[in-house]
Amino acid sequence: MNSSSADRRLYMLSRHLAGTISNEGSGISSSPTSAGNSVFGNVVRAPEDPILGVTVAYNKDPSPVKLNLGVGAYRTEEGKPLVLNVVRKAEHLLVNDRSRIKEYLPIVGLADFNKLSAKLILGSDSPAIQGNRVTTVQCLSGTGSLRVGAEFLAKHYYQRTIYIPNPTWGNHTKIFTLGGLTVKTYRYYDPVTRGLNIQGLLEDLNSAPSGSIVLLHACAHNPTGVDPTFDQWGQIRQLIRSKNLLPFFDSAYQGFASGNLDKDAESVRMFVSDGGECFIAQSYAKNMGLYGERVGALSIVCRNADVASRVESQLKLVIRPMYSSPPIHGASIVATILKDRNLYNEWTLELKAMADRIITMRKQLFDALSARGTPGNWTHIIKQIGMFTFTGLNTKQVAFMTKEFHIYMTSDGRISMAGLSSRTVPHLADAIHAAVTTVG
Amino acid sequence: MVSTFLSLPSVSPSAALSVQDKCKDTMKSVTSFQSSFFGKDKQPLSMKTKSHGRITMAVAVKASRFDNITMAPPDPILGVSEAFKADTSELKLNLGVGAYRTEELQPYVLKVVRKAENLMLERGENKEYLPIEGLAAFNKATAELLFGADNPVIHEQRVATIQGLSGTGSLRIAAALIERYFPGSKILISSPTWGNHKNIFNDARVPWSEYRYYDPKTVGLDFDGMIEDIKAAPEGSFVLLHGCAHNPTGIDPTPQQWEKIADVIQEKNHFPFFDVAYQGFASGSLDEDASSVRLFAARGMELLVAQSYSKNLGLYAERVGAINVLCSSPDAAIRVKSQMKRIARPMYSNPPVHGARIVANVVGTPDFFNEWKDEMEMMAGRIKSVRQKLYNNLSSKDKTGKDWSFVLKQIGMFSFTGLNKAQSDNMTDKWHIYMTKDGRISLAGLSAAKCEYLADAIIDSYHNVS
Repeated sequence: MNSSSADRRLYMLSRHLAGTISNEGSGISSSPTSAGNSVFGNVVRAPEDPILGVTVAYNKDPSPVKLNLGVGAYRTEEGKPLVLNVVRKAEHLLVNDRSRIKEYLPIVGLADFNKLSAKLILGSDSPAIQGNRVTTVQCLSGTGSLRVGAEFLAKHYYQRTIYIPNPTWGNHTKIFTLGGLTVKTYRYYDPVTRGLNIQGLLEDLNSAPSGSIVLLHACAHNPTGVDPTFDQWGQIRQLIRSKNLLPFFDSAYQGFASGNLDKDAESVRMFVSDGGECFIAQSYAKNMGLYGERVGALSIVCRNADVASRVESQLKLVIRPMYSSPPIHGASIVATILKDRNLYNEWTLELKAMADRIITMRKQLFDALSARGTPGNWTHIIKQIGMFTFTGLNTKQVAFMTKEFHIYMTSDGRISMAGLSSRTVPHLADAIHAAVTTVG
Repeated sequence: MVSTFLSLPSVSPSAALSVQDKCKDTMKSVTSFQSSFFGKDKQPLSMKTKSHGRITMAVAVKASRFDNITMAPPDPILGVSEAFKADTSELKLNLGVGAYRTEELQPYVLKVVRKAENLMLERGENKEYLPIEGLAAFNKATAELLFGADNPVIHEQRVATIQGLSGTGSLRIAAALIERYFPGSKILISSPTWGNHKNIFNDARVPWSEYRYYDPKTVGLDFDGMIEDIKAAPEGSFVLLHGCAHNPTGIDPTPQQWEKIADVIQEKNHFPFFDVAYQGFASGSLDEDASSVRLFAARGMELLVAQSYSKNLGLYAERVGAINVLCSSPDAAIRVKSQMKRIARPMYSNPPVHGARIVANVVGTPDFFNEWKDEMEMMAGRIKSVRQKLYNNLSSKDKTGKDWSFVLKQIGMFSFTGLNKAQSDNMTDKWHIYMTKDGRISLAGLSAAKCEYLADAIIDSYHNVS
C-alpha cells in the first residue's frame, strides 16, 4: 500500500468522522458520493486550452466587428469555413457507393491511405519507399501522429529527451510530456530580426546529447512563420546527422505554405535522401481542409525493411490501447483524392488558391500598416510563411486589441492570416496601430 | 492483391537532382568528419558505398537505432480474422471478432445510418474542428440515451460527457483521469474480460487486479467469488463492470445480483466503472440494456460509464463513443469535464466529427430513431435466434445428455463455449472454425444455415479433445 492510497483512506475516514456521511443502521453505508459529496472534491476546474480557448472566448463576444485570428483554420474571403470542392466530390463518391462498409480498419489504418501519404511527403519515387524502409500508420491528424510517435519512442528508444524549437505550437510540450518524453528547447526565433536564430539553433543542437530527438517543423513554422532557407536546412541536416540526433518532422502545412506540395516537402526529403532515419507526422487538417475528420499519418523511415516491419508491429501495441483503430471517413476521402489523377490535380489548384489568398492577405496587411505609418518594421509579415504571423505584439498589446477592437488571437502575438479578409484587414491594421502607439 | 491506385505526379527530375546533388556535395565534405564522429557511437558500424541511381553516396551503414526492437505478437482477437482470410476451405466460419454479420454473413451498414449520411451530405455541413469535448448534440444525445432523457441526473446536470474514440478511447480517457486524480488506486476487472482492457490500464499506468467472474463448472457466473473479491479489495477501488452482454462470456448478472453488487460496492466505497458497448444490442431494448447503469445511478452513486456505438449503430470504423462521469453535483461535473479535456487535447486534440454527426442525427430525428430501434431489434433478434438454433442442435445431437442450456442463458454477441485452448484449436484445425483461444465465439458471425455444422464441431471438440 503506498502513501497515496493511504492518504485517500484517511481522507475518507476524516469525512466519516466529520459526520458528512451518515452510517445508518441498515448495515449498508451510503457511499460518500450519495450524500452529495463527490470523490472529485479535489479536482479543480482546468483553464481553457490557450489556443482553442480563443475561439471559446470569441464565440461569447456579441460585437459585430469581432475577428477570430486564433485557431489556424482557413477562412474564405467571406470569412466562412471552406470545404474543398474536391473533398465534397470525394465524399459524394464514398457515400453513394453502396458497397462501402464500416468494418473496423486494421490497427494501422487504411492501407491505401498509408501508402499514398508516404508518397505524398517523400515523393512517389523515394528510394526509402521502394526499399520498404518506411512504415506508415494512420493516426488522428497531427496531434495523434505526434503522440503515437512519442509513446513509441518513450517505450523503445534509449534517448528520452526531445528538443523542440522556442517557440513552438502550444500543444507540442504536452503531447511529448504525456507521451513519456522529457522536453527541452533549442533557440529558434530571433525577436530582434524577427527571423531565424540559426547560430543559436546550431549551437543548441550541437550541445544536445548524441541520439536526442529533435522536433523540426517541415515548413511554415507555427507560430512564427519563420522557416530555414534551403542552405540553412542543409546545415541543420549535417549537424543532426553528425551528432546522430533523431529528427522528428511535424508536417502540418504541406502545400499550404508555398502553394507547392513538393517544395513544402523539401526539408523532409533532404533528410530522407541521406539514408538516415527519421519520424514524420503528417496532418491533412489544413491542406485538405479536413480539420474535424482528424486525418493524419505517422511515418517512420528506418535503416532497412526488417527494422521497419518490427517497428510497425510495435506501433500497433501503442495504438490498440489508445483507441484500437483510426476513423475511416477522413482517410477514405484523402485516399480517394490522392489516387485519382483528376481529383489530385483539382486538389493542387484549390490548395494553391488557399495559399495565394493568404499571401495576398499578408501583402494587404503590410500595405495597410505602411499606409497608417504604424511605427516599427513590419516586413516580417510578408517574409513569414504559412498560416500564421508572429506579429511581435506583446501580451498587453494583445489584450488591448481584444478588449478595444474585439480581435481574438493567442497571447503570444500570433495571428492566423487565414482568418483575415480584404474587408477586415483595415480593422486589424487599426487595432495594431492603436496597440503599438498606445500600449507599451 | 492488385494495386489499383494511379501513380502520383513525381518530383520533377531537376528538383530531385538538385537536392541529391547538394546532398552528394555535402556528404563528400562531411564524410571524413562523420567517420571520426561515428567511431564514438555506441552502435557498431561499417562504412559502405551505396548507389542511388545516378549518384553515389558514401553512407555510413550503421546499425539502426531500432535494431533491438522485437517483432510484436499479433493481436489475439484481430489476428483471428487474418488467419481466417488465409484459409481456403469452403467450410470456414469466422466466429472471431465481434462485428455483426447478416444471415448471408455479410457486414451490415444500418439503413438508418445510410439515410443519415445522405442527409448530412445534402446539408453540406462544414468540417471545422469540434471542441475538445466533441459534438455538443452528440454528447447530449448519448447521455440521455444512457440514463434516460427524463432521469433526474440529466436535469440536475450532473453528468460530464465527452465524446471519445469509441469504447477504447473513452476507457483510455477515464483511465488517465483515474491515474491523475486517484494515484495508487487500482481497478478491479472481471476474470475473464475483453482482452484490450488490461492493455488500456497498463498503458495508462493504472494498477489492476481481477475479480472472479466466470465459473467453468457451471459455464455461468461465479457470483459468490465475485462478491468476495470485490469486498476484499482496498476501499475506494474502481470496479469495471460490463453494463450488459459481458465480453467474452455473454454471462450477465440478474437484476437481483446487480442489486447485491451495488450493495457491496457502496459498502466498500468503491467507484463503479461501466463499459457499455452493447446498449440495445443485447436484449434489443435500449432501456433494458441500460438498467444496470440506471440502477446504480438511482442509488445516488457517482459513476464512470464508457459507451460505444460500434455495434449498436454498426459504426465500427467511425470510432464513436463517449465517456460519462456521473458526479454528485453539477459543479463537480463541470470540473471533471474540464480535466478530461486536458487529457484529450495532447492525445488527439479533438474527436472525429463524422460518426458523431451520424449518431446525433439518428437519435435526434424521431423517424430515424424509431427506424434505428427496429434495426437494432432485428440484429439482436437474429442473434437470439441463432442461439436458439445452436442450442437446439447441440442438445439434439449430443447424446451424452450434457446440459447446453448456458447457450440460451448467455446474452449478446458472444458466447463462452466452455472449450479450452486445445479444444478451440481443434475447432480451427479440424473444422475451419475461427474463434479466440479462450473458447469465445461471436454469434454475430453465425448464420442459421451454419448452426448444425457448428454444433457438430463443438460436440466433437468438447468430447473428443482434451
